[in-house]
Amino acid sequence: MQKTPKLFVTLLTGRTIEQGVSRELGKFSEEYLDNVAVCFIDAEDLRKLGIKEKTNVLVSTGHGAVVVRAFKSPRGSHHGVIYVPYGPWANAVVDPDTDSIGMPSLKGIPAIVEPALDKPVLSLKELVREQFGKENNGGC
Amino acid sequence: MAVVKHVVCPVCGALCDDIELTVENGKIVDVKNGCAMSEAKFLNYACEHRLLKPLIRKDGKLVQTSLKQAIRRTAEILVDSNFPLLYGWSSTSCEATGVGVELAEEVGGLIDNTSTICHGPSVLAIQDVGIPTCTLGQVRHRADLIIYWGSDPWSAHPRHIERYTSFAEGRFEKSEWKSYLVKTKALAAKKKVESAIRRVAAEQKPHIASPAKKELCPAILKKGRKLVVVDVRRTRTAEIADYFLQVKPNEDYELLQTLRALIQDQEVDVEEVAGIPVSQLEEIAEAMINCSFGVLFFGLGLTMSRGKHRNVDAALSLVRDLNMRTKFAIMPMRGHFNVSGADTVFTWQTGYPYAVDFSRGYPRYNPGETSIVDALLRGESDASLIVASDPIANFPRKAAEHLAKNPLIVIDPLMNATSQVADVVFPSALVGIEAEGTAYRMDHVPLPLRKVVAPPKGLLSDEEILKRILREVRKIRKTRQAEAA
Repeated sequence: MQKTPKLFVTLLTGRTIEQGVSRELGKFSEEYLDNVAVCFIDAEDLRKLGIKEKTNVLVSTGHGAVVVRAFKSPRGSHHGVIYVPYGPWANAVVDPDTDSIGMPSLKGIPAIVEPALDKPVLSLKELVREQFGKENNGGC
Repeated sequence: MAVVKHVVCPVCGALCDDIELTVENGKIVDVKNGCAMSEAKFLNYACEHRLLKPLIRKDGKLVQTSLKQAIRRTAEILVDSNFPLLYGWSSTSCEATGVGVELAEEVGGLIDNTSTICHGPSVLAIQDVGIPTCTLGQVRHRADLIIYWGSDPWSAHPRHIERYTSFAEGRFEKSEWKSYLVKTKALAAKKKVESAIRRVAAEQKPHIASPAKKELCPAILKKGRKLVVVDVRRTRTAEIADYFLQVKPNEDYELLQTLRALIQDQEVDVEEVAGIPVSQLEEIAEAMINCSFGVLFFGLGLTMSRGKHRNVDAALSLVRDLNMRTKFAIMPMRGHFNVSGADTVFTWQTGYPYAVDFSRGYPRYNPGETSIVDALLRGESDASLIVASDPIANFPRKAAEHLAKNPLIVIDPLMNATSQVADVVFPSALVGIEAEGTAYRMDHVPLPLRKVVAPPKGLLSDEEILKRILREVRKIRKTRQAEAA
């Protein structure tokens, strides 16, 4: 059986303009899911993983795992570094340790990224249900 | 159709105050001068994700309820709680935050704002080192060297560069917009030439040698405003910079301390630091010393990476050192539109800017102990009130899990991840669009938020909802004290 390629990377989280705009359109909007449940990977690292853009990948850290869609980094190279926009998908895997100063470690986290062709990207509603076992069954 | 001018934008900490809105039949139909985020907010505030009725969780389901019942239930939860958390505050008005602090004192809870997961470490470093800072107006008119460190304003504060720094037309410093356009055109032409050479080289054999690479005159030596970007990846802002330093993740501290050494004319006997050749750092250090007025804007790249408040400590110390040689200022790039206001109001009323614990009857401040993420990780709280924030989406999962386990109250204009798992949800009027208030810009200049359109029927401002909750809490406590007596 062929072994799934895996990469040991550093996970960065942060802002993108698309994340900022889609947040204003509503966190349950399709735009938010399309722009936030994503992971930007260096072109060379995408080749190493043997995948193309818009393929689902599993990002795992010592604090959790989440499936997001992979995209090629739009500017410059950053081998061994992946970038996930701020949001519930990134926060499923970041390090909660505050080093006793109140701030969790949200950037520069050791992570593993691997193709996850058979696993779906959960919507925000599904992610919240999976993580917390609660949902809004009613309306707004 | 009416045009409302000089509206303050309630999106990011840059608080642009030149927005023009066209209002037709009580709705905003056009936005002028706003960035993409501003337009998205002003034109979509009445979207399908808008909350319109108070909700309460019954048998595992969120169902509609009356405002009176929601307030009663909220007050009961807060009064019955031993250690409630009150969190959010950075996307609402100072007036609402003021009532929130009063409520936290009344119920003996822990009150914290979003600084705790953005510039909290900056606050700690500022308390240690001090901060030589200025207003954004001074930057616009006088700064000739701009540094963005661990910050991507093109994405997070889209008009910051245009209004206050490199592309702003100041009284004494001119906009670099035209030179940026020239640079962009030159780069596009260079790419075309390189591509043509590659094509020719591929067609003709033997191989044609590509032209020898010439060392270009460093952009840092150019005249006019200079823009330096330090970041772990090539961001949109890095694309427009005169000089971009790509620092290795988690090595900002080393880079900052090296610059401090270079500015103090010390020898650095290594080839590179944090992935950057020391020769490049020497050029940057020289540009820093030789500027007339430099400003370092720093973002979460410093506060969230390894070192956290120590990174900011090093940045503040660098600017302090630079002030021995020239004039230099430093400013955190605040994210939410009123996070500076939340810090300010907390400080007025409690003496501390965030992470304030009233459980002993008086305010205590010890981030790491009295900060919300730590309290959640230790599993100490037994109820929470969230105002204008979405911690279920924004906190690390482990911290959010404890929040969701206990009674949770949310006041927010829109349905978000936190309201999904909440027990009581209050819809509120959007401050800055449907309600008035005060917000503080990232340079601590207070600006008035305007009411441009009327809120949907029955929706109150955050301030009014909090006032009613506070009144109800006091009423219940008085009744219970009377019964106990």
